[in-house]
Amino acid sequence: MKSLFRWELVLIGLVCVAVALAPFILSDYNRSQGADVAVYVMAILGLNIVTGYTGQISIGHGAFMAIGGYTTAILTHNHGWNDIATLPVALLAGFVAGLIVGIPALRFHGAYLALLTFAFALAVPQIAKNYSHFTGGTEGLALPTHSGLWLYGVAWSAAAVIYVWTWLLLRGRTGRAFQAARDSEIAAASSGVSLSVYKTFAFGMSAAFAAVAGSLFVLINNFVNPDVFVLTLSLYVLLGAVVGGLGSLWGVLIGAAFIQLLPIGLTSSTLVSSSSVPVVFGAIVILVMALIPRGSAEVLRVALGLPNRIRSSHDASTPQSLEAR
Amino acid sequence: MQSITTIRKPTTPGGWIIPGLLVGFALFLLIGSLKSPLFAQQTVAGLANGGIYASLGVALVLIYRATQVINFSQGALATFTTYIAWQLMQWGLSYWPAFVLTLGIAFAGGILVELIAIRPVERRGNILTVVIASIGVLILVEGAVGWIWGAEIRFMPPAFPAHTIHVGSVAFSVQDLGTIGVSIASVLVLWALFQFTKLGLAMRAAALRPEAARFVGVRVSWMLSLGWGLAAVLGAVAGMMAAASPSVLLQPNMMDGVLIYAFAAAVVGGLESPAGAVIGGLAIGAMLNLLGSYVSWVTPPLLLPAAFVVMLIVLLVKPSGLFGRTQVRRV
Repeated sequence: MKSLFRWELVLIGLVCVAVALAPFILSDYNRSQGADVAVYVMAILGLNIVTGYTGQISIGHGAFMAIGGYTTAILTHNHGWNDIATLPVALLAGFVAGLIVGIPALRFHGAYLALLTFAFALAVPQIAKNYSHFTGGTEGLALPTHSGLWLYGVAWSAAAVIYVWTWLLLRGRTGRAFQAARDSEIAAASSGVSLSVYKTFAFGMSAAFAAVAGSLFVLINNFVNPDVFVLTLSLYVLLGAVVGGLGSLWGVLIGAAFIQLLPIGLTSSTLVSSSSVPVVFGAIVILVMALIPRGSAEVLRVALGLPNRIRSSHDASTPQSLEAR
Repeated sequence: MQSITTIRKPTTPGGWIIPGLLVGFALFLLIGSLKSPLFAQQTVAGLANGGIYASLGVALVLIYRATQVINFSQGALATFTTYIAWQLMQWGLSYWPAFVLTLGIAFAGGILVELIAIRPVERRGNILTVVIASIGVLILVEGAVGWIWGAEIRFMPPAFPAHTIHVGSVAFSVQDLGTIGVSIASVLVLWALFQFTKLGLAMRAAALRPEAARFVGVRVSWMLSLGWGLAAVLGAVAGMMAAASPSVLLQPNMMDGVLIYAFAAAVVGGLESPAGAVIGGLAIGAMLNLLGSYVSWVTPPLLLPAAFVVMLIVLLVKPSGLFGRTQVRRV
């Protein structure tokens, strides 16, 4: 346990130093791209709480990002709010939206929940398109522009707060209740874990964090319209969570870096055109599912020789345990 | 104490609600159509869309029934095959030869996807891994369409001439009638295949009782691949019919919305029943078209959320749908 603790401290230190130093060597444009990584970190953290830790699959986290993004855009554009002041409001809006989705979600499992959240992700931007008098409709809303450095600083500060928040949430009683609900609902309920309370709460927190991610996503783009939150965004967040590893906080960082940096890497190498990026992404998802369904966090863990901290005998963190029950 | 003892009874009290609503809706359509020619036209146009949703819905049901997996890539595969049909026509084939050739390509493509992307995942994982793999296929195939053919909107030649048939004072578009005919015919052919051939019997056995089927010599995994192939064929029919519709057109993400309607169709039918998916598809097509044309505040962007609401209500009221089996789940 002790050596494990030291390893994690070293890794945390390295990541913090890298994130803090990066803006000094990056151009201003690259800084805003770096800020996008922070956005994905927050969105994947949110998805991980509900899918990785609590075992309720959500394909529609882009919808919660849209709710946060529109909260920020409407408050700054129509009501003249300061951008940063909108973030707590977006968090709250996301939390409420998550509870609203989470309550019916209690009755659905596996495939049905996947289906509903997928439809939800497609339905929310349509609603924004319809009520154009305050969402700007297809033409969208413009937001104030910021320097890449400002965006990088704000996005990574928010990501750090949410990362620590998630860690605190998951390490204690709540996190154990989430995982108990994931591993065996019957065992959890028999041990006095209120499934409905914890599963709804997990959806709420998850959506809240995704909403903050959406707010910053909109601030970085300094523009919002329904096409910002296409289905692909939801799918890429899921992809990042899967490639990183569901049920792993380290995996979140890997997954976020992966979905932001791989397209940049691919297109800069002139070998492939930017339109082939989804093809590569899709192929990688299939390969990961076929070869390492526990994601790259598992590869990292094995490479560093860290012990397997999942104590249950049936590989609790694999997506396999999230089957339809 | 969580109510661990709540066991849902196999006979839910809400059992009559959905069939009752559907019968009422059918009567409403019939009476409305006899009263008003415009209503009749809108109903037929809605049923044409419904036929498209029904065939894609049946494709989803085929795969769900065999593997308990919702195939999220069904729409993307349909888009891909529709582009192939368009390409064949660009190369000079006329409509129906291109149509038939595309169905063959779709069949092979569906089998290929199952072999390459789904089977290796299925062997290791479980339902969620397979669902995510099918999302991988969705990203890959939709990306491939954009890569090969570009993102610009193209125009698919319609299968049927643009004129109308007059019955009394009602003008039916041949396009709509043809779409209904082709969709329903393809579902019926499939039904006949399942019902009257030995292969169909083997496929049903593989889907419902894989272990028992294996014992009597059915090659279950091959039957699953075949199921994917047939689902892709139905998807191709849906795609080619949908692309001719002015509200969909030929573009890389054209089936995203249609897929949701097909999900709703399959859910109304209980996800396991092809007949239920057909009825669900037709009902949803007609309902959305009538909502869009008669209820002033329902604008085109709200149709997709409306389908989502239908799906949610059906799942909350009667999760087993119209013809589905009720499952008992504890906790």
